[in-house]
Amino acid sequence: MRANYKVELTSGVFLLLGIAAMLWLATEATDYGMQVGSDTYQVKARFSNVAELKTRAPVKIGGVTVGLVEQVSLDPITFEAVVEMQIDRKFSDIPSDTSAAILTSGMLGDRYVGLEPGGSMDPLTDGDQIFITQSAVVLETLVSKYLFNSGKEKKE
Amino acid sequence: MTKDRSKRNKLLAPIAESGHCLVFLVRMLGQIRFERELLISTLQQIYLIGARSLVIIMICGFFVGMVLSLQAINALQQFGASDQVSLLVGKSLFRELGPVLTALLFAGRAGTSVAAEIGLMKATSQIEAMQLMAIDPVKRIALPRFLAGLISLPLLTALFNAFAIMGAVVFSIGVMGLDPGIFWSKLQSGIYFGKDLLGGVWKSMMFGGIISLIAVYFGYYAKPTGEGVGTATTRTVVLSSVLVLIFDFIMTSFFI
Repeated sequence: MRANYKVELTSGVFLLLGIAAMLWLATEATDYGMQVGSDTYQVKARFSNVAELKTRAPVKIGGVTVGLVEQVSLDPITFEAVVEMQIDRKFSDIPSDTSAAILTSGMLGDRYVGLEPGGSMDPLTDGDQIFITQSAVVLETLVSKYLFNSGKEKKE
Repeated sequence: MTKDRSKRNKLLAPIAESGHCLVFLVRMLGQIRFERELLISTLQQIYLIGARSLVIIMICGFFVGMVLSLQAINALQQFGASDQVSLLVGKSLFRELGPVLTALLFAGRAGTSVAAEIGLMKATSQIEAMQLMAIDPVKRIALPRFLAGLISLPLLTALFNAFAIMGAVVFSIGVMGLDPGIFWSKLQSGIYFGKDLLGGVWKSMMFGGIISLIAVYFGYYAKPTGEGVGTATTRTVVLSSVLVLIFDFIMTSFFI
């Protein structure tokens, strides 16, 4: 049984097409291409509240993604949330007094870590910690604050 | 499956038949050798089963992507969250719709043709003739078709997903005017390679195995009459569609 050339060619093309579609999906439509390979350095930050910040959430400077959140854990002693971030080596000159905040993209969007570069000459290096942090704004806290304050004003 | 055996115990017959089917599978897998002959005939079947299903898969995928994004945009607009459309389309496609719809199309397009082909071979005594010539028909006829189904379905699913994403791009960006940057970045940040895409690939491999096993089995044990071939074809579509949906639930609940 010898398959003719056209059959072999078409099935070869089909196999290649399938694999190409798989690769395209993996790199374009999943987080596969987002993985900031081995060329990163790790930075930690402590927050009193990270709200629903997830792993793989973007880390942004000025709205541009520079890295990913690798892990969110809780310090068992201080009860602070520790966020470990992987930042691309391309951005190795981020000042060491940079501040980090948990922000929301849009009204209902996902949480991300926003970095605000400071003015120090020393850059952040692998394993460094960001000390100036601002926790997530939780809607419920805002609402209760507002209700509480407005009640006070009326009594006065 | 002889007549008096199925008469003897009507209740146990389906269980006995599924056991028979598994024995057939083991017999088939036992014939796998890394031979040029098997490779060529499998390639030929990949052409017949896989490559010739390409057009239907592409067209269906494209329109499924379009209609999914149409529905999603309509529903999400009420919450002002039409940005999330690509996430919804991607998740539902990669996890469920891609593997399942491709499997159902595949059962209708390729499963039936395999069952009818083998059934007709049986009706025209070609299989008996092979046995007379000491050629194992399980190895020569059944195995290449089974392997081809197993290989083709995951690839077809990938193509279906790719074309559905393209359909979603055409509709939500081209027609509804969504921002392409948001569309792609939502996909890339919200959809996980391992859990969503590979989860769908495992599923479609399972479905490919189920469909091609059923098609080959029913074809091989079809009654050698015109009616028997027809019955085998019908049973292939019905049983493989039902089993695909059942196994979809089982696999999803295990691996979610």
